[in-house]
Amino acid sequence: MSEQKIIEIEILRYLPESDQEPRSEIYKVPFTDDMSVLQGVQYIKDNFDGSLTFRWSCRMAICGSCGMMINGIPKLACENFIRDYYPKRITVEALNNFPIEKDLVVDLSGFIEKLEAIQPYIIPKEPRTVEQGEYIQTPAQFSEYIQFTSCINCTLCYAACPQVGLDPDFIGPGAMALLYRYNRDSRDGGEAQRMEVAASTEGVFVCGATGYCSEVCPKKVDPGNAVNVNKINAAKDYFLRFLSPKGGAK
Amino acid sequence: MKTYKRSNAPIFWLLFGAGGMMAALFGPIMVFITGIAVPIGLLLPADAMSYPKMLAFAQNFIGKGFLFVAIFLFAWHSAHRIFHSLHDVGIHRGVLAKALTYGVAAVVTVIAAVNLWVIGF
Repeated sequence: MSEQKIIEIEILRYLPESDQEPRSEIYKVPFTDDMSVLQGVQYIKDNFDGSLTFRWSCRMAICGSCGMMINGIPKLACENFIRDYYPKRITVEALNNFPIEKDLVVDLSGFIEKLEAIQPYIIPKEPRTVEQGEYIQTPAQFSEYIQFTSCINCTLCYAACPQVGLDPDFIGPGAMALLYRYNRDSRDGGEAQRMEVAASTEGVFVCGATGYCSEVCPKKVDPGNAVNVNKINAAKDYFLRFLSPKGGAK
Repeated sequence: MKTYKRSNAPIFWLLFGAGGMMAALFGPIMVFITGIAVPIGLLLPADAMSYPKMLAFAQNFIGKGFLFVAIFLFAWHSAHRIFHSLHDVGIHRGVLAKALTYGVAAVVTVIAAVNLWVIGF
């Protein structure tokens, strides 16, 4: 066996019971080439400090739990490997733009509220009974929205977004990508209801089109595209509502 | 349930978009003509931008329209950009930021319109 390699991992710690503010702690972690940053953090918890708190579950970039700032970039800790950082030190911090609950665990309640606000479920265009059978959708209709179904709610895009940092009420890239996912679904008829959120002062026009959200997205959802396409939709809605016989949705 | 207020940003966003299109299509060639070609006599005659010629251009219906569109849309485009940049550096969206940006663009629009009208046809 070759010589054991050691990596320094600097972790932002915050224990709400005893700390006034977050502080850094450095750990020397032995690692093998197949170890992810998440495994490094787990090693610290198992061997150095059992109080270190972080979220994780699947270890394979599908649950979206282990988002962290790794050397200042929002990433899933499970799909980034220690070997790619060695021999430099790795800094691991809680996701930007969220209040820290403890260590690497952030408070996601604001995000959950935004997610609820955009009604991320199919609101049927024409309700069907079970007897009427299933909703038929062509592959072309399916391909309209499939990209935006890949979101795993990891909130890396929120940690990346400078506007979320300046304006925490901004609905944000992830929720907007899901809003678009349902609006584009041929079975859905909820666009007008969701427009109230998209076209609001907390909606798409807060976006400054930086595009960093799409860059950090681990599932290639391209939430920045969803936000910017909805600027066009919201602008159309703004002016065309005056021409609508019903007087528009609102 | 939380209530949402409709944003009137589409007005400014569309002016920004139209101005961006104008800037992309005509900005470089305008810089070339007014800043390089005419001053150093490259490709164009030295008197291409002389007062009588520019006056004639501004009095022509098409020339007048082009000047107005170029001036007012460029102004709204830059105003919107500065408005968002101010937000990024800590002067947040409010009456002051709007006055400094959209207000200036509105004034530029009025001045351009009045002067192009006064200059005659």
